[in-house]
Amino acid sequence: MIPSTLAYTKASSIDEAVAAVAAGAVPLSGGQSLMPMMRLRLAAPEAIVDLGGIPELVGICEDENEIAVGAMTIHREVAASELIRAHAGLVADAAAGIGSPQVRNRGTIGGSLGHADPHSDMPATLIAAGASVLVRGPNGERRILVEDLITTYLTTTLEPGEIITQVRIPKGDDHSAYAKFHRRAIDWTIVGVAICIGDDGVRAAATGVADRPVRLSAFEEVLNGGGSLDDAIARIAEGVEPHAGLDGSVEYKKHLLGVLARQAHAEASSR
Amino acid sequence: MAVDYTTQTTGGIGDAVLRKEDRKFVTGEGRYVDDLKLPGMLHAAFVRSSFGHARITSIDATAALALPGVHAVLTHATLPVETGVLSASNPGGDVRHPEQAILAKEFARYVGEPVAMVIADDRYLARDGADLVHVEYDPLPVVVDAEQALEPGAPLVHAEYDSNLVKTLEHVTDGFDDAMAKASKVIKLRVDNQRLTPSAMETRGCIGDWQEATGEVTLYTSTQVAHFVRTFVSIVCGTSEAKVRVVTPDVGGGFGAKLNTYREEFAVCAASHVVGRPVKWIEDRTEAGVATIHGRAQVQYYEAGVTDEGRIVALKFDAVQNNGAYNMLLTPSISHLTLFMVPGLYDIQDISIRIRQTFTNTTPTDAYRGAGRPEATHGIERLMDAIADDLGIDAVEIRRRNFIQPDQFPYSSATGLVYDSGEYEMNLDKALELSDYAGFAARRAESEANGKYRGIGLSTYVEVCGLAPSAVTAALGIGAPGWEHSTVRLHPTGKATVITGTSPHGQGHATSWSQITQTELGIPFEDVEVIHGDTAFQPYGLGTYGSRSLAVGGIALYRSLGKVREKARELAAHLLECSMDDLEWTGSSWQVKGSPDRAKTIQELAYAGWTSASLPEGLEPVLEATTFHDPPNFTFPSGTHVCEVEIDPDTGRVEVLNYTAVDDCGNVINPLIVDGQVHGGVIQGLGQALFEETVYSEDGQMLTPTLVEYLVPSAADVPPMTLARTVTPSPSNPLGVKGIGEAGTIGASAAIVNAAVDALSGLGVRHIEMPMQPARIWNVIQEATS
Repeated sequence: MIPSTLAYTKASSIDEAVAAVAAGAVPLSGGQSLMPMMRLRLAAPEAIVDLGGIPELVGICEDENEIAVGAMTIHREVAASELIRAHAGLVADAAAGIGSPQVRNRGTIGGSLGHADPHSDMPATLIAAGASVLVRGPNGERRILVEDLITTYLTTTLEPGEIITQVRIPKGDDHSAYAKFHRRAIDWTIVGVAICIGDDGVRAAATGVADRPVRLSAFEEVLNGGGSLDDAIARIAEGVEPHAGLDGSVEYKKHLLGVLARQAHAEASSR
Repeated sequence: MAVDYTTQTTGGIGDAVLRKEDRKFVTGEGRYVDDLKLPGMLHAAFVRSSFGHARITSIDATAALALPGVHAVLTHATLPVETGVLSASNPGGDVRHPEQAILAKEFARYVGEPVAMVIADDRYLARDGADLVHVEYDPLPVVVDAEQALEPGAPLVHAEYDSNLVKTLEHVTDGFDDAMAKASKVIKLRVDNQRLTPSAMETRGCIGDWQEATGEVTLYTSTQVAHFVRTFVSIVCGTSEAKVRVVTPDVGGGFGAKLNTYREEFAVCAASHVVGRPVKWIEDRTEAGVATIHGRAQVQYYEAGVTDEGRIVALKFDAVQNNGAYNMLLTPSISHLTLFMVPGLYDIQDISIRIRQTFTNTTPTDAYRGAGRPEATHGIERLMDAIADDLGIDAVEIRRRNFIQPDQFPYSSATGLVYDSGEYEMNLDKALELSDYAGFAARRAESEANGKYRGIGLSTYVEVCGLAPSAVTAALGIGAPGWEHSTVRLHPTGKATVITGTSPHGQGHATSWSQITQTELGIPFEDVEVIHGDTAFQPYGLGTYGSRSLAVGGIALYRSLGKVREKARELAAHLLECSMDDLEWTGSSWQVKGSPDRAKTIQELAYAGWTSASLPEGLEPVLEATTFHDPPNFTFPSGTHVCEVEIDPDTGRVEVLNYTAVDDCGNVINPLIVDGQVHGGVIQGLGQALFEETVYSEDGQMLTPTLVEYLVPSAADVPPMTLARTVTPSPSNPLGVKGIGEAGTIGASAAIVNAAVDALSGLGVRHIEMPMQPARIWNVIQEATS
């Protein structure tokens, strides 16, 4: 990596991190997205603040209604969590399949959300799971639904100075799964479908078919209206806008949505 | 055969010895160019063209030079060199070789072409400085596609020529027209062998160190051909070849991409001359995507004239080779290698070949593992399946009917080669047996029951290795010989140093050369040190490429060992007071025939030769010998590869279920190393078949510059492999060896594509282009079923 000159600090508390970010520093979590962008000089921050020295940002615990995952919890820990597996299998699915073991040992759940790459697996699964994030900024703490967090490529609704501190995943009987498709064994996701079958109906979201992770509203509507899976899949691509690329045409990616929805639905139903 | 992955650490020829050089590599103790730090060393970064084709109207370095820590910004106008990059390749004698200035002169002709060079205190500042150099470009029309480049009115890559044609290679046998006219059927096929990016683990890098007081220039560089680089540095930089030293530390892979001399190698030397301090440049991975040569990029049109029985009686091959924007060291010769191998291992005596090489606004192409032969093999092996399909003959049977037969060796091919030895049906039969070819129908039915398409494919190949007899390279228009050097030096303590002109960068020569030394001279494996990679102490060596190291460099070693052994014999006879004819070689000593108590070990003789207390008259001190070996012929490894794939119609994914490779590389020095070469080679062929493609947009932008877009397979993509060998020793050298470095790559891509076409043949699919990424396969299925 040959980045431009930059100032590096390592925060030891959330308040210290928030102050640094408010002053213009870019937060560094696991470095699995920011570092490659800095390597390519697509990102050239003048200052970064490392969140790796803040103990309260790491770990998985629960209260009566939710699982609380510290934003700096690495994918490997999320994948291995029996608590998450018990209540939100799709989140564990996604964490277990991100990148390579090296990436899963460094990359974090909060970093993945904050980076807001439409091909990242974690956001769509957390949307389908109905998860929220807690964010802390100069004006204190607030809560944002993951669905409302990401607006477009690499862009979130975080205000200047805010960082994600925790991911809150609702507890419940787990009937959920995430299915994705990529080319090499270790590769970026082309399309992924996250399905969560809950007491209040089916929630589904997709990776890789728009400038952000998207709810599959038409698909949900058919299933929640008592329609068949085939009928739901027939409408699954409504509202999605995948880009044609070296990884496939628009038509192919819309087709993959259906294939993966069938896989994820079968897996979720069997859990 | 199943390999016994033994823990044997020493041995002679044929033993499965663990590689003695691996400890340093697997413990991170290898020493590469980037590990070297010279006193006072500065760092370079290159400003590269962001346009596929443009006139450079101005270069403003003011802001870069104002940056503290930036020492110089050099351009074509200020870099002190005598000439541009030189090519050693001129097949046919009238190849167009446009000037390739070290830094772009007036025009930039591909994205990534170096335009300016920034020298700074560290690598980061150099890169910052490069970002501050302001270059004004006047964009010009771009052509990236080789066939379009040949059309009338296509944008000219080099305005001094009237077309983009580099050279047309032609070879037509006298009887071709008659033979084609007599064919009962003509079967046609177009095959696109896509552009690839060689992706060695270690990118390129170099350090130039010009000593003003002495005029000596030392270049540390990651290369396969240190002596070529020295010769060319002396010419380009205008200094005496005797004052140039090229050092090759450990090299982390090359695959042919480091069989070259690059602009950056000359530039760091010239820049060091300007700034008076050593200058280092290390290529980053994204830079490597545009700055290092590409491979393949050949479009082929086949027409096979066949009999009703499937015998090919005439073959027409018309191809367009994309040379890129300039000719590198061997660019025009790569498709010349394709020309030689067009008929493959089939007895086709009437042939018509035309290969048109073109300039385009892309990174130059040159040798990449296999270098012209994978293109030939992939094409002919796809063609054989197309013929089989068309005539309703089994894919195995069509090959049997066309193979060159064992009694035809030495075989004179229609393209002018003399194949040394081979028994192609033996490879085929063994591969069919190991892959349970006969049982395939049941496995296909099983896949079909699961909603998958299953196919089996084979590839039978012959390749040309052991480059090369020097008279032949000269006749082929290559301005370099093909011999190799070795020196064997015995020390007073009985240990041996082997100096080799080959340039290992992953091949394990330290191990194989030690094994040969143990067997031929009786010096134990662990007592042999193999050194290479510094022109200061080595006689001229030609390097490592073209599966030549063992078949040429190994034979140079074998001959030096023989010379030392004979000198030791003369000394032993003197010391034992007998005639040389009374002595016999035990494998490690000379003894009087039938008298084991009257013997001298090679170590004793090494000591006696050094002390020189009593030498026979006329014998020089010291047991040491040097050989320059020029091979009498190429070698011709062959093999059969079989693989099975399963295709998921929902996603288009092609999964390689199993892979069987039977290779005949002649006699084997180390079966572990041979297996490793086949594994790696097959994986590279699999990469081409399934994943890899270097893609340009129409306006010349590189769309696959990083390993996110350019899909190199990882270990997790590798199928189970069954490896086996047959042996027909090469009669061209005393070890009977042929070469194995490229065989896997040459054989693999066709086997995998043939399997995929077979899987979809029920849908009427007859051909699939590479790479067979899921989206492409899904489209093929959609088109076939709509």
